[in-house]
Amino acid sequence: MPTIEVKKDLLFKALGRKYSFEEFDELGFEFGLEAEEPEEEEILQNPDLANVWKIEIPANRYDLLCIEGISRALLVFLEQKQCPRYTTVKPQKLQQMKILPATKQVRPHGVAAVLRNIKFTPDSYRSFIDLQDKLHHNLCRRRTLVAIGTHDLDTIQGPFIYDAKPPKDIKFKPLSQAKEFTAPEMMEMYSLDSHLKPYLPIIRDKPVYPVIYDRNNVVLSMPPIINGDHSKITLDTRNVFIESTATDLNKAKIVLDTLVTMFSEYCDQPFTVEPVEVTHSDGSVHLYPELPYRYEEVDVEDVNKKVGISISAENMSNLLTKMLEHVIHPCDVIEDVAIAYGYNKIVKKIPATSTIADQFPVNKLTDLLRQEVACAGFTEVLTFALCSRDDVATKMRKNIKDSNAVHIANPKTLEFQIGRTTLLPGVLKTISNNKNMPLPLKLLPFLDVMLVIIVQSEQGYYIKSCKDATYFEGRCAEIIFNNSVIGKIGVLHPEVLKEFELTNPCSCMEFSIEPFL
Amino acid sequence: MADLQGRLLLALKEKSIINSEDLAREWQEDHQKIVGAIKSLQTHYGIINAEPINTTRWQLTDEGDVVAKYGSHEARVYNAVPQQGITRDELLKSVPQYGEIGFSKAMQEKWIEINNQKVYRKIDRIDDKIQSMLKKVLTGNINDLSDEQKTECKKRKLINEGKMTVYKVSKGEMFTLDIERLETELTPEMIANGSWRDKKFKPYDMDALGIPPDAGHLHPLLKVRTEYRQIFLEMGFTEMPTNNFIESSFWNFDALFQPQQHPARDAHDTFFISEPRDANINMIPNDYLQCVKKVHSEGGYGSQGYKYDWKIEDSTKNILRTHTTAVSARMLYKLAQEREFKPVKYFSIDRVFRNETTDSTHLAEFHQIEGLVADRGLTLGNLMGVINEFFKKLGLTKLRFKPTYNPYTEPSMEIFSFHDGLKKWVEVGNSGVFRPEMLLPMGLPEDVSVIAWGLSLERPTMIKYKIQDIRTLIGPRVDLQMVYNNPLCRVEKAAI
Repeated sequence: MPTIEVKKDLLFKALGRKYSFEEFDELGFEFGLEAEEPEEEEILQNPDLANVWKIEIPANRYDLLCIEGISRALLVFLEQKQCPRYTTVKPQKLQQMKILPATKQVRPHGVAAVLRNIKFTPDSYRSFIDLQDKLHHNLCRRRTLVAIGTHDLDTIQGPFIYDAKPPKDIKFKPLSQAKEFTAPEMMEMYSLDSHLKPYLPIIRDKPVYPVIYDRNNVVLSMPPIINGDHSKITLDTRNVFIESTATDLNKAKIVLDTLVTMFSEYCDQPFTVEPVEVTHSDGSVHLYPELPYRYEEVDVEDVNKKVGISISAENMSNLLTKMLEHVIHPCDVIEDVAIAYGYNKIVKKIPATSTIADQFPVNKLTDLLRQEVACAGFTEVLTFALCSRDDVATKMRKNIKDSNAVHIANPKTLEFQIGRTTLLPGVLKTISNNKNMPLPLKLLPFLDVMLVIIVQSEQGYYIKSCKDATYFEGRCAEIIFNNSVIGKIGVLHPEVLKEFELTNPCSCMEFSIEPFL
Repeated sequence: MADLQGRLLLALKEKSIINSEDLAREWQEDHQKIVGAIKSLQTHYGIINAEPINTTRWQLTDEGDVVAKYGSHEARVYNAVPQQGITRDELLKSVPQYGEIGFSKAMQEKWIEINNQKVYRKIDRIDDKIQSMLKKVLTGNINDLSDEQKTECKKRKLINEGKMTVYKVSKGEMFTLDIERLETELTPEMIANGSWRDKKFKPYDMDALGIPPDAGHLHPLLKVRTEYRQIFLEMGFTEMPTNNFIESSFWNFDALFQPQQHPARDAHDTFFISEPRDANINMIPNDYLQCVKKVHSEGGYGSQGYKYDWKIEDSTKNILRTHTTAVSARMLYKLAQEREFKPVKYFSIDRVFRNETTDSTHLAEFHQIEGLVADRGLTLGNLMGVINEFFKKLGLTKLRFKPTYNPYTEPSMEIFSFHDGLKKWVEVGNSGVFRPEMLLPMGLPEDVSVIAWGLSLERPTMIKYKIQDIRTLIGPRVDLQMVYNNPLCRVEKAAI
């Protein structure tokens, strides 16, 4: 879940009162936020942290990723403020953005909006930049799905063109650089930049790169990598042009809506946004942001039934005005009612569902065997289900091709290359890591591949001498049950022991218990 | 030994109070042997009184012992040099382990020299001062050494200051010179012929640890699992078949209405399988697949959907399951295919995988506990009620619920319990009501709700058994001593 850092004094100012940490934690708990105070040690090392609280935000609440959103939502939740109504206000002449068909090859969608007559303070400016960062990281999936660019509208002139061009044809002065670079030069330069490096692969191998420019051919940005220096916004910027380019149009719209609803608060006419006319590559024309208001009807009785409460329609609608949220299904409304009502006020009732319990047969058998084998003096160990290829092949004197192993495509370490095909390596590694323990070691892992000891012969199975590279010659046998081989018993080959850095001889048995179900 | 005991008693008869350390020096005996004799005399009631006095004493280290016995390393090197000279390598062999040190010290002292790659004696005789110093320490005459000499020996790690218990011994109320031989154990013969009546028996040291019997051991994590399993069975829950580590992305994510761009589906969070890379698409019923595709991309069943381009290629990718909820999805789908809906209660406890680098609190493999109830008309109050009963059986009575977000449940609640030790609320589980977008495409009737909750098995186990590093609990670095020592598991008796 995303976490944001807020300055305490700013939060109190926005909420209109001071909170002790406990008070705020309590409020957050009821609403679904988790607050964290800095440790005393951290404050000692960095006194500035004393003013900072970390707040964990539910992963679907993009509207809470900045202090503006959190304070607005909490004030509404506390019924100290009404949910603002966001509106678009058309100017005499609309700003326009045209998306050219070439973008289809790399990043087909784009939306835009203008925040007119905004006044930033150093804090709100910082928050504006931070929110873009947070959105990039969460909803935009590290800019792969959506990338946001914000520009000082007074430095550029529409109409704007969103195009895609061969990299060598793109040349401009990127943010915070003194001179112009071509796109390939920038890609080269930013491959050493720890902040931008992760975004390069999104477009690196494409034949064309996305680029946005204005009527005078001033480059606004090369999404999703970097903006131009020319149109950068500053504390003094009064009119902000926001574009967001995407592979996922729906998410681009949500991102745009989030940014403008959060920061239109600072416009001369608060909570209003100036729309931009976007011509898509298929020729269709749309105004953005859409700021959609949807009407969803829910049945009061149904909500009561699903939450397990009984309140009037009027009460319920009062509760609902405390919540503002992205709703995609009526069940989201039910959740809002429940949160506004207070989860911990709902009466707990045991479901009247009557059922007869049943164990899963293989687990039942395993549990019985575990007890018996422990009674026989064995110690149960717990080994990993993943291991290296060497563990089941080279070290066991076998060929990986004969193992029928399941291979992992993206293991972070060599220890997790394949799913285990046998329990032996895990047990041998455990012994190797416990050489200080008194001998003899009698271990058994009872997992999805099994290893146990047969004490005496019983009806139905027998053992038959066999050859196996893992075992010392002449000291290995197959366990045969109902005419099929279910496992092996024997003395491990000295070379296997050596591979696992073991010094003492070792005998073992491994077989499947599934035939005994 | 018996002889020492006799000498001790004789000495006591004369002096009435003796000190074990003085005795050791006087008799030129090892102090530990004297202590042994005192201890065995103590087993006879009332013969002696011995009062332990803890002191610190300079004593020889293991290396110091070697020097005191055989001479300093440099002296031994010097002595090993023959008249006709010797190569350095040959020479070093004569003083195993300490050859290098001895050689460089002897060179420093200018006792030996090298000519034409051979080592010769430089002077005719030497005085091994180090050895004589250590001999003094050994006989308890350390005060004969100057402070510099002490410092030198200490620096060379030949002596160190160690704790030592000295005994002040005096006559007991039943002091005697004749000690009767005591019997150690009762034997079958004594019982048969009654001779036990006339014998005296050595008293038992009831403070000793005793000898642990050879025993098998169950693993603590699995002991805790047994307890949780038992709780579910007591509550009428049926165990789900979780015997598949490999799952298709369809059942692990798509069926749970988890969108395809969700971060959990990234390669750095999930293990993808390269062989066999894809699940057999025919294993997933086509009509159900189409319903899932539709609800993701366009919505339906009253939902707006996620409005993105849903791809079949992403859903057939095989992965190591990231949660057991994948199995719950399969079971619920199966339930929906029954001719008539029957309420069920299911649980599972099994292993899941996350592509994480391991550290003291994270593993790539861990165990997940999950419970669910499917019935008509279940409420959020029912979810809280069943969770309450579950945790009551674990000994947790103070519960509190916090709104949270899960992609496949709505409403969702995190479960917190008040931890008396930590004096704060700690998260003990997550829960919710499965979304209609997950259940309706399966074909479950509209009035059926499914409530579910889950938690990890490792966390309560680590808290219960006070295990700091999860890597000593699971995997090759399991601490076997910990497994041998860990006690019975009665979850309700310990706060999580």
